[in-house]
Amino acid sequence: MLKLINLILITSDRKHCSISFVLVGVVYTYICLVNALFMKNIDIKSLEEKFQKKIDADIKIEPNDWMPDNYRATLIRQISQHAHSEIVGMLPEGNWITRAPNLRRKAVLLAKVQDEAGHGLYLYCATETLGADREETIDDLHSGKAKYSSIFNYPTLSWADMGAIGWLVDGAAIMNQVPLCRCSYGPYARAMVRVCKEESFHQRQGFEIMTKLASGTKEQKEMAQDALNRFWWPSLMMFGPSDADSKHTDQSMKWKIKRHTNDELRQQFVDITVPQAEMIGLTIPDNDLKWNESTKSYTYGAINWDEFWQVVGGNGPCNKERVDARRKAKEDGKWVVEAAMAFANKRSAKKSA
Amino acid sequence: MTKQEALYNYVLRLGDDSLILGQRLAELCGHGPILEEDIALTNISLDLIGQATLFLDYAGALGGEKKSNDDLAFLRLEKEYVNALLLEQPNGHFGDTIMRQFLFDAFRKPLLESLQHSSEKELASIAEKALKETKYHLKHSSEWVIRLGDGTDESHDKIQGSLHTLYRYSHELFFEDESDFLLQKSKIVPELNSIKLEWEKTVKNVFEMAGIALPENDWKFEGGRQGRHSEHMGFLLTELQYMQRTYPNMEW
Repeated sequence: MLKLINLILITSDRKHCSISFVLVGVVYTYICLVNALFMKNIDIKSLEEKFQKKIDADIKIEPNDWMPDNYRATLIRQISQHAHSEIVGMLPEGNWITRAPNLRRKAVLLAKVQDEAGHGLYLYCATETLGADREETIDDLHSGKAKYSSIFNYPTLSWADMGAIGWLVDGAAIMNQVPLCRCSYGPYARAMVRVCKEESFHQRQGFEIMTKLASGTKEQKEMAQDALNRFWWPSLMMFGPSDADSKHTDQSMKWKIKRHTNDELRQQFVDITVPQAEMIGLTIPDNDLKWNESTKSYTYGAINWDEFWQVVGGNGPCNKERVDARRKAKEDGKWVVEAAMAFANKRSAKKSA
Repeated sequence: MTKQEALYNYVLRLGDDSLILGQRLAELCGHGPILEEDIALTNISLDLIGQATLFLDYAGALGGEKKSNDDLAFLRLEKEYVNALLLEQPNGHFGDTIMRQFLFDAFRKPLLESLQHSSEKELASIAEKALKETKYHLKHSSEWVIRLGDGTDESHDKIQGSLHTLYRYSHELFFEDESDFLLQKSKIVPELNSIKLEWEKTVKNVFEMAGIALPENDWKFEGGRQGRHSEHMGFLLTELQYMQRTYPNMEW
């Protein structure tokens, strides 16, 4: 509408263009603008209502559907964090591939870390369906702007850590991710179905490593217990801050991006994992851990939230090493990417010539 | 030397080539130049560890002491490993990794093509399985040599440099001794002359498309096949054998 009025003003003979004509134009513009804004408000409100109705009816939201800006932003943040976690998560386990104790364990660990790279890849693709740029989200990881799961900032110090990570870290990841298979955003939910299948395989592998160690020699048992001691509390922290301190939970539950609160999932993890530890003869490093007959669940000791926020904030034992390793991979690979692009351009130029 | 002893030596070389290159590539897991290549290199590493598992299992059964594939992979002395020197060379930059892979794949593919028809059934069946993977490896490494050679000036210089560094190790891939001659006589394995012709054809073709030139210096290293390795090997084995040496006689 503004364009139209400009056009009228420009094409009218300036000499005869009276003030009243300009005034009429300005008033008209004003009316149109107010009208447009009003209509827009109504539109967004009704779109939001329709959107929420779809969510409430468990109809999946697809990339081309209308969605609130915040829903989009929340998903981009969550899915890219998830993708970064898969990619950074390759490093602590990658640390032990060359030292795996036998050929079978080496092959299984290689396959596992490769699966994680695959998960990262399709999660980055899921963020792209929301209009995010893969390289930009990766640069956010490298600059420290984007976060990833805090567990990967802990070092892997023994072979038993490969067991502990599979058993506890993948176990906790499954608790988080199984409900995401029903997430309201279609591409994320579908990616999660595949990811969960592979994660549950990883979890069993990890538990199998721990079982073998726990039934092995004295050195092996000690190695397994030590890994459990170091990874237990960080695994509980993987579910995020307690519900009282979780700023994203409410809205995410309403949008069905999230189906359970952090504390609910944490409790579920403890209840499943404690009997597994008992079964293989390892001790959970928590003196306050008790079975509660009335709630039919375990009560557990206080989580050290100072440590959690320190690690999330960049002060974990390996934060710098993990991000540096990822940044170095990208910087070292820059000439390779440039070469591949130059080559592709040359070939398409040849084809069109 | 009996036929069985010769076959043991021969299969050990096949197994060690796979094992040592697989171990080298495993170092890169999580550090690839782009995510897709990280996955591809890890996948090749996984294939090679799988091949090593089969070849060394077979070698263990042929050897006099009935060793397991893990015994052979993790508990030999450095001088008892018989991989070619090329395969223990460090990963270097991506161009070095790709060139090492290409020089090997171009040799391995025609070798396995021939071995899949060996009169030794076990050898033939492992070769047949490994061939499927190796065809893909060769396609992958050839494409990257061409892409880097014909990409930017920087990538061209880098891959040319990689060829200069690694070419002198390729000669050893065609090493033959009495074990080979004995098995060749019984038509169990091919003469490496015929494999070398195919290798030269592939290499010439790919380098032509990549626009890179063979080095004029044709100095030829060897030693790996006889257990004389480069300085890099000790460090590679230190990592590979760490668990088995630190915690002997345990199940994992």
